[in-house]
Amino acid sequence: MPAVSVDNITKRYGKTVALDGVSFEVEKGELFGIIGPDGAGKTTLFRIIATLILADGGTATVDGFDVVRDYKELRKRIGYMPGRFSLYQDLTVEENLAFFAAVFGTTIRENYRLVEGIYKFLEPFRKRRAGKLSGGMKQKLALCCALIHKPDILYLDEPTTGVDPVSRKEFWEMLGKLQQEGITIVVSTPYMDEANLCDRIALIKGGRFLQIDTPRNIRQSFSVPLWAIRSDRMHRLLDDVRTFPGVTNCYAFGENHHFTTGDGFDAEGLCRHLRQRGHGDLLLLPAEATIEDGYMLLAGQ
Amino acid sequence: MREFGAFVKKEFYHILRDRRTMLIVLVMPVVLIVLFGFALSTEVRNVDIAILSPSPDPTVRQIADRLDASEYFTVTRWLDTPARIDEAMKSGEVQLVVAFGQHFSGGMFSPDGVQMQMIVDASDANMAQSYTSYASGIIAAFAGEMAGAGGPQGILSQVQFLYNPQMKSAYNFVPGIMGLIMMLICAMMTSISIVREKETGTMEVLLVSPVRPIYIVVSKMVPYFVLSCINLATILLLSVFVLDVPVAGSLAALWLVSLIYIIANLSLGLLISTMARQQVIALMFSGLLLMMPTMLLSGMIFPIESMPWPLRGISCLLPARWYITAVRKLMIQGLPMLFAWKETVILASMAVVLIGASLKKLNNRLE
Repeated sequence: MPAVSVDNITKRYGKTVALDGVSFEVEKGELFGIIGPDGAGKTTLFRIIATLILADGGTATVDGFDVVRDYKELRKRIGYMPGRFSLYQDLTVEENLAFFAAVFGTTIRENYRLVEGIYKFLEPFRKRRAGKLSGGMKQKLALCCALIHKPDILYLDEPTTGVDPVSRKEFWEMLGKLQQEGITIVVSTPYMDEANLCDRIALIKGGRFLQIDTPRNIRQSFSVPLWAIRSDRMHRLLDDVRTFPGVTNCYAFGENHHFTTGDGFDAEGLCRHLRQRGHGDLLLLPAEATIEDGYMLLAGQ
Repeated sequence: MREFGAFVKKEFYHILRDRRTMLIVLVMPVVLIVLFGFALSTEVRNVDIAILSPSPDPTVRQIADRLDASEYFTVTRWLDTPARIDEAMKSGEVQLVVAFGQHFSGGMFSPDGVQMQMIVDASDANMAQSYTSYASGIIAAFAGEMAGAGGPQGILSQVQFLYNPQMKSAYNFVPGIMGLIMMLICAMMTSISIVREKETGTMEVLLVSPVRPIYIVVSKMVPYFVLSCINLATILLLSVFVLDVPVAGSLAALWLVSLIYIIANLSLGLLISTMARQQVIALMFSGLLLMMPTMLLSGMIFPIESMPWPLRGISCLLPARWYITAVRKLMIQGLPMLFAWKETVILASMAVVLIGASLKKLNNRLE
């Protein structure tokens, strides 16, 4: 039995379609990532499988319980960390944790072992108000609060948005440890680099899943030629490459631009063309596909 | 039950740590009572008046001294011609001019008596009425003394204030303030505090927990219930010891009605919170749709009897109207509980209906 099973879920807000027939399964103990930009429908999906809102169509079960009918049973088993920092800013670290433990009918001491690894970062600040913590600390506290009742399944909606790179790395290390404890984790993120840390990922755009696979397969299934290019006029370069014959898609990628090509593309011709257009320090290399390239390819189709 | 305890504790943390709000909540009744009791009083005190007397006259001088000696008036100007009355009034220097004719003293002993006139600034009609009544009273007393001394036959009308000889406005507004404060704290604060959790996203986390939503909202009511009781006690103490408005009836009955009223307002706040998504909306709801009608239509300021029927109808829907009536009966008039049974029953049924409606509207989910 899968931990999460979603079948053809649809959700509309007025005329906007937030989710358009989404189906997927998450295995027990899996770290499942939902990757996509803001407004793709990630939060709506989380709220549906967290029993918080009702879908317009389709069914979803978590741990074998229906999210609509058995919501009371499910709420004992789910740990949910919403996208926004949703703890009490005027309560201290310790008070927040104790409150959420009590809400779930447990105590900090009872499940301390589970949160110990994370809480040890917070321990020195336990008398500090949650509102006065740094972004990374806030996320750690929110994770502790979502974990304190030892949930079977953990939903994390963009847990690392607005968090510094070091804290992000620490955060993902913690998720790895939680996975070893047997907790199923569904996590969403707009950061493609984090996608590689998941067992499987779903790429979402406009309320639809583009692809569900392991990060490795998504990278390897990249079927078209991919190039990286750089010059001293990056902004104009984007337009110049896009309009060159044979280029199918071009987008900014870190300090380079990436572009894909189809039939009739001539690399040397492109370099000549660009030099004529006044680009200097030109560097053109074949590139290895990343998740982001996979996303861009699928999203462009 | 332990969950519920944790919720209540958390609510108290919120309130106790939000010093500004707590200060407002606890100090507001005191300020209102003091404001209404002293600054905004409709009592007449040290009003500046002018005396018009075309020629020096000993009797006029005596009357002026009497007026000046009273705590109500201060004679600040003497006028010698009626032409100057207008100027004195317009400049706002005086509110009342007491005008005497030529040879006033002599006229007093004539068989027809003598006339005098009072010119008053009636832009505030109620106050104008009070000024003339007070002045007439003083002059009448003076004339009475003169008559007793075998003096003149001149007759001046005599005014007497029954029941509330000092014309104390406190008797009127204390019940009104009690109704208003309790409504503000219970309905407004409760609804805002619930909606705040929706707005900040904590409601989302609470809803995913096994705690039933009813516990979440009822736990919000507890601290505000306690605060309201503190306020009620403050208001009663202030009114008895500072304003000299005694609790004429049974204190127990007064508390009983007040507790029912508090519960009705808490449920009202709960109902608002189930409908509003943003704190601003909740504030508008309770501020505009509750506070304004309560101030204007509950009988706190304007008598209900003189309202046109549509407004009278609306006033019947306001819990504050029934509460204020009940408090007037129990506290000011000192009637036994029996006489306030109608108001008590109406308030209790309002509470039941409001609790029922809000429980029905209370959602187990986010939308």
